[in-house]
Amino acid sequence: MSEANQTAAAAAIAARHGNRPDELLEILHELQEELGCVAEAALPVIAKALNLSRAEVHGVVTFYHDFRREPAGRHVIKICAAESCQSMKGRELLASAEKILKVKAGGTTVDGKVTLEKVYCLGLCACSPAMLVDNRPVGRVDAKTFKSAVAELA
Amino acid sequence: MKVHVPRDSAAKALGADQVASAFAKLDGVEVIRNSSRGMVWLEPFVEFDTPNGRAGYGPVTAKDVQSIFKSHSSNAKHKLSVGLVEDLEWLKKQERLTFARAGITDPLSLSDYIAHGGFEGLKTALKKSGAEIVKQVSDSGLRGRGGAAFPTGIKWKTVLDTAADQKYVCCNADEGDSGTFADRMVMEGDPFMLIEGMTIAGIATGATKGFVYIRSEYPDAVAVMKEAIAIAVNANWLGPNIQGTDKSFSLVVRTGAGAYICGEETAMLDSLEGKRGMVRFKPPLPAIEGLFGKPTVINNVLSFAAVPFILAKGGEAYKNYGLGRSRGTLPFQLAGNIKQGGLVEKAFGITLRELVEGFGGGTASGRRVRAMQVGGPLGAYVPASDLDLAMDYEAFAAKGAMVGHGGIVVFDDTVDMAEQARFAMEFCAIESCGKCTPCRIGAVRGIEVVDRIADGDASALPILADLCNTMKFGSLCALGGFTPYPVMSALTHFPDDFSRAKEAAE
Ligand SMILES: Cc1cc2nc3c(=O)[nH]c(=O)nc-3n(C[C@H](O)[C@H](O)[C@H](O)COP(=O)(O)O)c2cc1C
Ligand code: SF4
Ligand code: FES
Repeated sequence: MSEANQTAAAAAIAARHGNRPDELLEILHELQEELGCVAEAALPVIAKALNLSRAEVHGVVTFYHDFRREPAGRHVIKICAAESCQSMKGRELLASAEKILKVKAGGTTVDGKVTLEKVYCLGLCACSPAMLVDNRPVGRVDAKTFKSAVAELA
Repeated sequence: MKVHVPRDSAAKALGADQVASAFAKLDGVEVIRNSSRGMVWLEPFVEFDTPNGRAGYGPVTAKDVQSIFKSHSSNAKHKLSVGLVEDLEWLKKQERLTFARAGITDPLSLSDYIAHGGFEGLKTALKKSGAEIVKQVSDSGLRGRGGAAFPTGIKWKTVLDTAADQKYVCCNADEGDSGTFADRMVMEGDPFMLIEGMTIAGIATGATKGFVYIRSEYPDAVAVMKEAIAIAVNANWLGPNIQGTDKSFSLVVRTGAGAYICGEETAMLDSLEGKRGMVRFKPPLPAIEGLFGKPTVINNVLSFAAVPFILAKGGEAYKNYGLGRSRGTLPFQLAGNIKQGGLVEKAFGITLRELVEGFGGGTASGRRVRAMQVGGPLGAYVPASDLDLAMDYEAFAAKGAMVGHGGIVVFDDTVDMAEQARFAMEFCAIESCGKCTPCRIGAVRGIEVVDRIADGDASALPILADLCNTMKFGSLCALGGFTPYPVMSALTHFPDDFSRAKEAAE
């Protein structure tokens, strides 16, 4: 998407939220949904619309783990790295996932297919270890089920 | 024929959607997506209506659907049949006040909700004064279920007694603690109950606007809550002049953005205002100066969810459960390396052993239970020798442990407790809001010191104890202040794990 389109999208989303500064997180979520990331070009537009300084908006974007500065792959897999999943070989799962995708947590595969992320608890702790594949929950994951979940992705 | 297949995320994580669509393809079958019973070990758990009650099957895969349908239709016994759901000991032994409808109703059916006791509490509240409602909540002995266990009635009274042109009710649905999922189950499985509880809080304190702050890791909960609010508004259970009375209350869902610290109530307020989630100094208390500087009720999902029962049946009825100063029930969450994981709602006073060995059936791996982390990432590691500890806020505090949000993560004897201690510091370092030094810097130092100890450097032991002390007493909030509990409990109860690396090297 061109920079002009990004700024236009940002302005439209902010307007949908009444240009209210307290809705900044909602605005950033929607922006990321639409652009694939919180694009740099969008920040001054949002700051102006919400009557905030650029530094304030930048501060919010960088504070929250969810917001991406670069677009993700076509699919996002979030693997849980918290205690309950650790107790069920979650550390091994994450290591296998990194090996299978040939990418470290936080990175995107070279073909742009999958972004692998590490998160802390998905509320699926009674069927650990768990992951979200594009927001679809999967429980009791091991290297084998991980591999087939990836294979199913287009 | 009606078939119930849960729509809960944990059920979905184990294949419930595939099971539901396999059933939907069969002739004469109507699939209902109900909430989950909380027997995650039996999910996907499928139920049929029969003249004697619901008949259950689990865990079901899409491949089993044909054969289950056939044997159920011909009254034959199937290998996955568990008989009548009501007769299951695992459920019968529970005391489900909050989770009374779990597995029974369709989460987004208002008529289901009302047919199973929904809105009785709100109807009672609509006839009472704010002070009368607050008295019921105080009488119930309810203490905040989000971790700090502060008496809910006192908090509500403060907001009620503080005059302001606008007051707010905020639900803390950030549920960041590992090993917990009861909030998620309420939101996905019985959203009207949370709406009812928050509305009662609004009426009690004179607040007309509410927010539910849900973590972004819970996409289903966000979607269900938004849908439920729209349905409730449509049926006049929310919005202006609720059910023709002079009471009004509106509710909005806000989504977090992956910051554990936003579960701390003042950081949540900042986040709700669209800012970085920084912890605020107290005082002022949020009950006096909270969201946008206005008096604000902040409670956990389970605290609000307990309120409809309390108003419908009276504070005394709730107080009759529990012991000491821990009154009522707590929905415990059995997680981690456990054979029968899921949700067990019981009165306070049940022991860890009854939960982990009784309901839980021991570890999933079949090995020995070695440790349990209770109360999330800031809770202590409890050794198996303390399995007879009763679930009671004070009994746990006396042991340097915490009941917290009621999550119990079980570890078997393959766990390396030095690794767990290191992780506690790592987590604190990643999630620190950065406002105070003992937490921001201390946690990073903590990782290094644990590493030194694990490498066999005994001189680092007093440094760790000292550092933990500084964090405990010098941190503004419980992230920095409580991280020492998992760290030091691991070291105290499992010292051998901290010299393993050294032995291996020798
Ligand atoms: C680091 C940290 C994280 C917290 N996370 C949560 C949470 O996810 N959910 C919650 O209800 N309370 C959480 N709390 C506790 C809240 O600060 C607050 O005590 C609670 O929301 C009040 O509601 P209650 O009285 O109903 O428990 C957290 C506290 C700290 C210090
Ligand atoms: S203890 Fe940590 S999280 Fe809490 S206020 Fe201080 S820096 Fe922030
Ligand atoms: S700890 Fe992994 S899902 Fe909760």
